[in-house]
Amino acid sequence: MIGLLASIVDGVLVGSVYGLAAMGITLIWGVMNVINLTHGTMIVCGMFGLYFLVNAAGVPAYATLAPILVIGFLVGVALYWIAVHRMIGQPPLMSLLSTFSVNLVLIGLGTALWGTVLFNVPVSLPGLSLGRYTFPGTHLMAAALTAVIAGALYLFLHRTRMGKAVRAVAANREAAELVGIPTTRVLALAFGLGVALACVSGMLIATLFPFTVLAGDAYQLKSFVVTVLGGLGNPTGALIAGIALGLLEGLATPFMPVSWTLVIEFVLFVAVLITFPGGLLSVRRARRVE
Amino acid sequence: MILRRPFFWIIAVVILLFVTAPTLGNDVELRESLLLAAVYVTLASNLNMMLGYAGYVNFGSIVFFGLGGYFCVYFVSALGWTLVPATLAGGGAVCLLALLFGLGILRLRGAYFALATIGVNEAVMAFVTNFAPWGGATGIYLSSELFQPLGGPARALWIIYYALVGVMGSSLYLSYFVKVSKFGLGLLAIGQNEDAAAVLGVPTPRYKALLYAVSAFLPAIAGGLYFFKGAFIQPADAFDLQLSTEAIVITMLGGQGTVAGPALGAYLYEELRGWLLTSATLSNFQLVVAGALLLVVVLFAPGGLIGWVHRRWPRLRRVLE
Amino acid sequence: MTALLEIDGVSKRFGGLEAVQSLSFTVEQRHILGLIGPNGAGKSTVFNLINGVIAPDGGCIRFRGIDITGAPPYRVARHGLARTHQIVQPFMAMTVLDNCTVGAAFGCQNLPLARARETAHEMAALVGLEDRLDTPAAQLTIAAKKRLELARALSARPSLLLLDEVLAGLNPTEIERMIAIIRVIRERGIAILIIEHVMQAVMSLSDRIVVLNSGRKLTEGPPAEVAGNPAVIEAYLGDPGLAEKLRSRPR
Repeated sequence: MIGLLASIVDGVLVGSVYGLAAMGITLIWGVMNVINLTHGTMIVCGMFGLYFLVNAAGVPAYATLAPILVIGFLVGVALYWIAVHRMIGQPPLMSLLSTFSVNLVLIGLGTALWGTVLFNVPVSLPGLSLGRYTFPGTHLMAAALTAVIAGALYLFLHRTRMGKAVRAVAANREAAELVGIPTTRVLALAFGLGVALACVSGMLIATLFPFTVLAGDAYQLKSFVVTVLGGLGNPTGALIAGIALGLLEGLATPFMPVSWTLVIEFVLFVAVLITFPGGLLSVRRARRVE
Repeated sequence: MILRRPFFWIIAVVILLFVTAPTLGNDVELRESLLLAAVYVTLASNLNMMLGYAGYVNFGSIVFFGLGGYFCVYFVSALGWTLVPATLAGGGAVCLLALLFGLGILRLRGAYFALATIGVNEAVMAFVTNFAPWGGATGIYLSSELFQPLGGPARALWIIYYALVGVMGSSLYLSYFVKVSKFGLGLLAIGQNEDAAAVLGVPTPRYKALLYAVSAFLPAIAGGLYFFKGAFIQPADAFDLQLSTEAIVITMLGGQGTVAGPALGAYLYEELRGWLLTSATLSNFQLVVAGALLLVVVLFAPGGLIGWVHRRWPRLRRVLE
Repeated sequence: MTALLEIDGVSKRFGGLEAVQSLSFTVEQRHILGLIGPNGAGKSTVFNLINGVIAPDGGCIRFRGIDITGAPPYRVARHGLARTHQIVQPFMAMTVLDNCTVGAAFGCQNLPLARARETAHEMAALVGLEDRLDTPAAQLTIAAKKRLELARALSARPSLLLLDEVLAGLNPTEIERMIAIIRVIRERGIAILIIEHVMQAVMSLSDRIVVLNSGRKLTEGPPAEVAGNPAVIEAYLGDPGLAEKLRSRPR
């Protein structure tokens, strides 16, 4: 029973990082109604970022967070201009296909350069021992950093002018333009932020588990599940839903083979979408009266 | 009268070319590359009906191909059926499953549906990998004696080729007939504006589910024939997302929403792939090229090649649908 | 004669907002009923409720005696009810003819394609678009798009047509043209329920008027009566106590 509890707590810790990853998707989805299909690959970029900065440049693992955040943001803004800008206002199908195609290019390059080799970044941090169980230090650190970043995002969105602009554009882009908000700049910024969050979550995941070029798929799937559970465009919801998913995984993994977890998560995803089209935590949101 | 439309005969000519070209010289190499082209055209044509007509992108359309393959191979090896009933039964089974799945996931709009289709493919692959009667992760092998009823392996390969050309031709005719039918008009309306279509009386849930099932049938049969020919099927090959990805690229490249588009796109893509594979450095970059192509098409020419032709020469719209 | 459309105690709330409260009125065959009220009164919501886009929380909607409460839009259309939208929703990539053909083929008549095209042609001509049958809808002007929306709805040959602010954004010439078309529609025996802000048009076209305010029916009656009603004037001008002042004014 205590073992189960330990599993649960650990699930919560890891789940918070899933929540962070999902925040990247939900921000972009909520602000510009675009589903970023490069999300998984951006997570992998963050992973590679950690690997190269640690091995090639000798940077201590957790110090890579800031540069990865910044580079991720810049990459995100570039991506916006390349693939997304022209798709704003068009049917969602088009932005799906454009981000999908960029993803193909990136995956193609990645597999051409590194194949399916397994990469690992050994990070050791003293853990926390409670009784017979030790919670890995890396898990605790990842959860702590997630909390910091999530908090920073919250402060940004709710206490700064730019953050307010982002929320305004998310609520009604045309109205925001009418009151003088430079929507294109806001969209580019939001996309950059979303990608930055993906990269940072990748960096944190890489401190916990080994990875390959193709690892992004599974995490992207998880991000989507978390996003729809938490409600589109709702970063707080994403964090909570991420923790819930981590909890679910913590409960289920002792009892079932790993290959089934993804299937179950997807069934959950489809089921939630069919019953609550707006996501579990947005059931209370008012519908547009038109 | 449909027989008066020139495009009907253009399709017939294409089918004739496919049938006669390799036969006349007993050219096995040509046959094999045309066989692959026929598979691509089949997958792209059927995908195009969902994508180009109704505006629903199916990222996991390969699931029909793979399941059709599994059903056929299973019927032949475990139940001892001959090829024809096995492929047809496989097609029918997948069609029925698609109808059931469709009623569920087609309630989801646009992007959600697209994501759900990836999930369907992954879920089916995971299921089959753990499903013992279908060989689990190792798959099913067919012994060569199963080719005897067809007159031996060499002759069987030709028969299967002609059958696949038939499936390809059926796909082209199917997408053509659907496009000019009342059903097709409803689908195009859904693709333009689903809510407005419903207000006008188009029975959207029924039409979408029907389309999903119909677009599953021929790829399933193609899958049955393809994997029977290879005498081997395993989950990693049967449910490889790369093939459905390529079908999407082909459809967009050639021109979504048109009948000729997927066929033209398949031809161009095959040529490109062949060229890439011969060059040693570039063979790893197939996916990169496919992705770059798709990006260019989506950003600058969303109507694809045929769309461009239609805009440049509007008179050709009637002739080259 | 049973009413064509009966709205009976219908209500709808969105979260904390009661958009429509216990609304009741009827539309008779071959009549034109005007639905007016200040912005936010719930008029478009009523249309959405009738036409199946949203389902009411309470009450009943009957069309030709058949209960259509909460029925999906395509089923409502099959019963013979058509609707235009406040913000036009043409099928942009389709031609004018094809747009109308969709209406004719999937409306209550459920015609096969060839016959549907004939009806579509006829309705496009009725609204004056017969010279642009092969033009993609995206290339039409706003006024032409509004007429296309109307033709498309008419192609279904409905018995009741819901017109949602079909005159909004039109200049006076275009308004006159549209009013003439509406009169022709009425001559063909189609009943009309019209939401409109252009007062002269609504007053001159309607047989009866229902006034909505904050989701409730304020009053109902012939145009002249409603126009002079102090409560109606107060609702539109938003000045509380105006009704009292108007009533107590020496006549």
